[in-house]
Amino acid sequence: MNAWRQPGFWFSFLLIFLGGLVVLVLRQDTLRENAFTILMFIGLASSLNILMGYTGYVNFGHIVFFGLGGYFGFFLVSEMGWPVYLAALGGGVLSAIIALIIGAAVLRLRGAYFALATIGVNEAARAFVSNFEPFGGSTGLFVNFSAYDRYGGAAHALWFTFILLWLVVLAVVVVSYLVKRSRFGLGLSAIREDEDTAMVMGVNAPRDKTKAFLISAFFPGLIGTLYFFKNGNVEPDDAFRFQMSLEILVMVMLGGKGLLLGPIIGTFAYERLRGYLIISPIFKNLHLALSGGILLLIVLFVPGGAVGWLRDRLPKLRRWLE
Amino acid sequence: MILQVKEVSIRFGGLQALSDVSFELSPGEIMGLIGPNGAGKTTLFNVINGVYPPTSGEVVFRDEKITGLPSYEVARRGLARAHQVVRPLNDLTVRENVMVGACFGRERHSRGAAAAVAEQALAQVGLRDRAEQMAGNLNVAQKKRLELARALAAHPYLLLLDEVLAGLNPSEITEMVETGRRIRDEGITILMIEHVMQAVMSVSDRIIVLDYGQLIAGGKPEEVASNPQVIEAYLGDPEMTAKLMAE
Ligand SMILES: Nc1ncnc2c1ncn2[C@@H]1O[C@H](COP(=O)(O)OP(=O)(O)OP(=O)(O)O)[C@@H](O)[C@H]1O
Ligand SMILES: [Mg+2]
Repeated sequence: MNAWRQPGFWFSFLLIFLGGLVVLVLRQDTLRENAFTILMFIGLASSLNILMGYTGYVNFGHIVFFGLGGYFGFFLVSEMGWPVYLAALGGGVLSAIIALIIGAAVLRLRGAYFALATIGVNEAARAFVSNFEPFGGSTGLFVNFSAYDRYGGAAHALWFTFILLWLVVLAVVVVSYLVKRSRFGLGLSAIREDEDTAMVMGVNAPRDKTKAFLISAFFPGLIGTLYFFKNGNVEPDDAFRFQMSLEILVMVMLGGKGLLLGPIIGTFAYERLRGYLIISPIFKNLHLALSGGILLLIVLFVPGGAVGWLRDRLPKLRRWLE
Repeated sequence: MILQVKEVSIRFGGLQALSDVSFELSPGEIMGLIGPNGAGKTTLFNVINGVYPPTSGEVVFRDEKITGLPSYEVARRGLARAHQVVRPLNDLTVRENVMVGACFGRERHSRGAAAAVAEQALAQVGLRDRAEQMAGNLNVAQKKRLELARALAAHPYLLLLDEVLAGLNPSEITEMVETGRRIRDEGITILMIEHVMQAVMSVSDRIIVLDYGQLIAGGKPEEVASNPQVIEAYLGDPEMTAKLMAE
């Protein structure tokens, strides 16, 4: 079976490819900003899915990689004068290295213990960066406007950054798919179902789950750099929002964990919902409660998420809902 | 020798689950491992395939010391296992379950090749028409066969079977015993724990007996069956004794 002939892959890929293309053709700034947010969350949710959906490790600290990698990438742009695409790669690599270190400590834990530890990691990272002077301490860093000159001014730089993000998210989808279809991916799903049995069957679980964690952490580092570069500044409260971690997790669950299309649909759905509720005066300040509430409802009633639910009911469409 | 177990002991807190167990297994042999409930049979398997490191003693597999290696390292060296308490990977299909065995066992197939190997293993245990089903939805007898198929797909040198016959009806038992013979004919060595005496007596070349963590007897099935110490060990279990005597 040729891996590239899977309609499920192409459906997810083209959704993002064509979506980004439409934004580029229309060239409207507000549309670009909205699309940037959506793409960013799709990238974050899809990369979380590799650890959470494929491997079964629920990570409440995914945003740490966005924050730390983003901080580092931003530092490379603003203080070291690197071009943004190289800086973003640097951010991704740093995130992956940090995952390797954190993983050695927390990946021994399973289930709820792992999840709890990842909450701690988030707070520790924020505290660290707030006191780390090269990263500007609690005030953070600001971009030197000459950094935009390289791309023909701020307006062009924003479009350029958008295109980079678009490519990164496409890469996340491709990598997610390749992992899922691979022998490595089969091993990850065995770990998710029963880690001890997987090991008895020959899966090198300590190594493979570390690899999954590493891949999962790499992309948020890239995305973080692009996001902060677009904003022109980075500060601890912006980089390590626990709420964002929770939202990414809800997006994965809402769309369907372990599925390629799940985090994509989940992001769209959650962003729509947030769009409605943010204008409602009652819900405006209940963000966290809202994500928590949705999470609870999904876990209790639709553990497969929207796409998983559809797959169960429409077996004919299964090929498309990979 | 394909497997040498040398003076293996293991303690769980105050419980001496295995004391100085030693035996050897030659290639192509079917060896039965019997003993009363709680004798330490499953624990012995756990020590052999690296789930627990022994407190003392040594396990040698194909002339390599494997004591203390993690279970995945043992598996890739060609030792596969079917569990007493079935452990299907519930949210994977039956085929995918078996593919895990083929991908990560001795031959470490690519995913594409693993599908073909899985097909064959499923046919061997008669689960082919269930391949697309979720493993969690199988009944117990089918899950037992899935355990076996997964282990077979690893194409191991040595197969550890932990009560694969338990919970099967007589015709299923006959089928399984047939499957066991076929597997041996393919050159796979088998060490099997079994409570179904008639089956284990008829299929094994040799039998060893564990009681309270100690190896109390070993030899040809008929020798073991008439060994007074073995009969004594089973005396707490009259039904078992009767079965043993009937052989
Ligand atoms: N991980 C463990 N921790 C503590 N005690 C254990 C552990 N595993 C097994 N035991 C104990 O070791 C003894 C031997 O157990 P084991 O499962 O090996 O018996 P068995 O011969 O397989 O019995 P059965 O025929 O009932 O399957 C039992 O008393 C059991 O309670
Ligand atoms: Mg047992």
